[in-house]
Amino acid sequence: MDTLLSSEGDSQRTQYPYVTGTSIIGIKYKDGILMAADMGGSYGSTIRYKSVERLKQVGKHSLIGASGEISDFQEILKYLDELILHDNMWDDGNSLGPKEVHNYLTRVMYNRRNKFDPLWNSLVIGGVKNGQKYLGSVSMIGVHYEDDHLATGFGNHLARPILREEWREDLSFEEGVKLLEKCMRNLLYRDRSAVNKLQIAKITEEGLTVSQPYSLKTFWNFAAFQNPTVGATGSW
Amino acid sequence: MDVPKTGFSFDLCRRNEMLTKKGLKSPGYLKTGTTIVGLIFENGVILGADTRATEGPIVADKNCEKIHYMAPNIYCCGAGTAADTEAVTDNISSQLKLHRYHTGRESRVVTALTLLKSHLFRYQGHVSAALVLGGVDVTGPHLHTIYPHGSTDTLPFATMGSGSLAAMAIFESEYREGLTREEGVNLVTKAICSGIFNDLGSGSNVDVCVIEKGKKEYLRNHLTPNPRTYISSKGYTFSKKTEVLLTKITPLKELVDVVQVGGGDAMEE
Repeated sequence: MDTLLSSEGDSQRTQYPYVTGTSIIGIKYKDGILMAADMGGSYGSTIRYKSVERLKQVGKHSLIGASGEISDFQEILKYLDELILHDNMWDDGNSLGPKEVHNYLTRVMYNRRNKFDPLWNSLVIGGVKNGQKYLGSVSMIGVHYEDDHLATGFGNHLARPILREEWREDLSFEEGVKLLEKCMRNLLYRDRSAVNKLQIAKITEEGLTVSQPYSLKTFWNFAAFQNPTVGATGSW
Repeated sequence: MDVPKTGFSFDLCRRNEMLTKKGLKSPGYLKTGTTIVGLIFENGVILGADTRATEGPIVADKNCEKIHYMAPNIYCCGAGTAADTEAVTDNISSQLKLHRYHTGRESRVVTALTLLKSHLFRYQGHVSAALVLGGVDVTGPHLHTIYPHGSTDTLPFATMGSGSLAAMAIFESEYREGLTREEGVNLVTKAICSGIFNDLGSGSNVDVCVIEKGKKEYLRNHLTPNPRTYISSKGYTFSKKTEVLLTKITPLKELVDVVQVGGGDAMEE
C-alpha cells in the first residue's frame, strides 16, 4: 500500500531526457524571423544522430525550433498538427499565427509540468502574421516570454551576450545570418554536444524557407595551440 | 610524545562523506561569482577581472581586487572562494620572492605555475581556487589557467569564473593573434563587461593589468560602467544640530509613597 507522500505513477513519468538536441537561436530581422539550429541528436555523451531536423513549420505563419528530448518534440509536433487541422476544418478564413501557437504550447507545457510529467523541451516559436513579427520562447516548466532575440540551452550563456551586444532592429537578411553564424560558431567551439552541421530557417510574410544543411569554417591555427608548452616544457 | 602529523589530514573528509550518506545535506561551496580573463597580445599578457565579491545572493564587496601580485613580472587573477585565492597567491608570492633571493634571477611564470598546481593538487580540490596566471619572463609571455584540483592549461586566451562563458563568447568571436596593446585592452574590457552585464555573479567595475617585457601597468578600475545612477541633490547627511522645541522644566509628581515596614530589609521575611 503506498503512503500518502509517494505516488505509484511516478516511475512512468519522464524524469530525464535520453536523445537531446542542443541550443536553438532565434532573432527578429527586418523582414521577419531567422532561426538557427544544428542537426545533432545526442544520446547522453554520444552524438548518436547527425541529421535531426529541429526546425519545423507550423501552419501558414509559424516556425518552431526545439531543444531537449527529441521524442517529446515529435509528440509536440503531433499536437500542433492536430491543432492546425482543427483550425483548418473551421474553414473561417482565419489561421493561427505564431502568437496563438505560442500561447497553446505554453498551456500544454505548463499543464504537463503540473502533473509532474513534463515535455522535456525548450521551444522557440517565431513567425510573421499581418506584418507583425513575433518571437517567443517556452520552457519545459512553462516559463514563457517574447523578445527580439532568444536562445535555449547553452545558447543562453554563449549566444545571448553576443546578441545583446550586436542585435539591431533593422538587420538585413545577410547581416542576420552572419550574426547567427557567429553565435553558432561560438557554440560549436564551446558546447560539447554541438555538431558542425546546421540549418538556418527564415520566415517572412511570404512564407518559410529552411536552408540546406551546411558547415561552418573554424579556426584552430593559433600559435599557442601548435606548440603550447614551448618555454614551459613538462606542463600541458 | 606525539609528533604532529604533517600534511593535510583527510579524516574529516571521511566523516563528511559518511554523514552525507546518512542524509545530512553538506554546506555547498561558496562560489563567489566572478569573471576573470587573460589574453596574449603582441608584446605580452593582459589580465582582466570584475570587482564584485558575493556572499550567496548578497554583494559583499562592490570593489574588491581580484588581480593578485605574484612577482614584479607575474600577476594572477583568482575566482572561487575569496579566502582561498588570496591565501594561495600570497603564499606562492612569498615563495617566489625567497626563490628570487636564492637564485638572483627574475621569477619565471612556469615556476609560479608549478608551485600553485602542486599546492592545489595536494589539497585535492578542497582549496577552491580557479586561477588565471599571466606574466612575461626571459622565455617570453605566458598565460595559464589553473583549476582547483591542480590541472593546468596553456592558452592564447582564457576565461574563468561564473561569467566565463559570457566572456569566452566575446573572445571566441573576436580574438586574433598579434593584437596591439590598445586592441588587447579593449577586447579584455569588452569581455569583462560581457560578464558584468550578463552574469549575475559578476558586476561593478573592470580591472585590467598589462604586463610587457620589463614593465607592467596595473589599471585599477580601468572602466566604471556602473556608477550610482540617482544621487540626491540635497546630499545624504543630516544636520548635526538637534532642534530645541521647548525650554521648560516639568517636575515629575511622586506617584508612590515608599513606607518602611518592620525593621531593616523589606525583602527579608
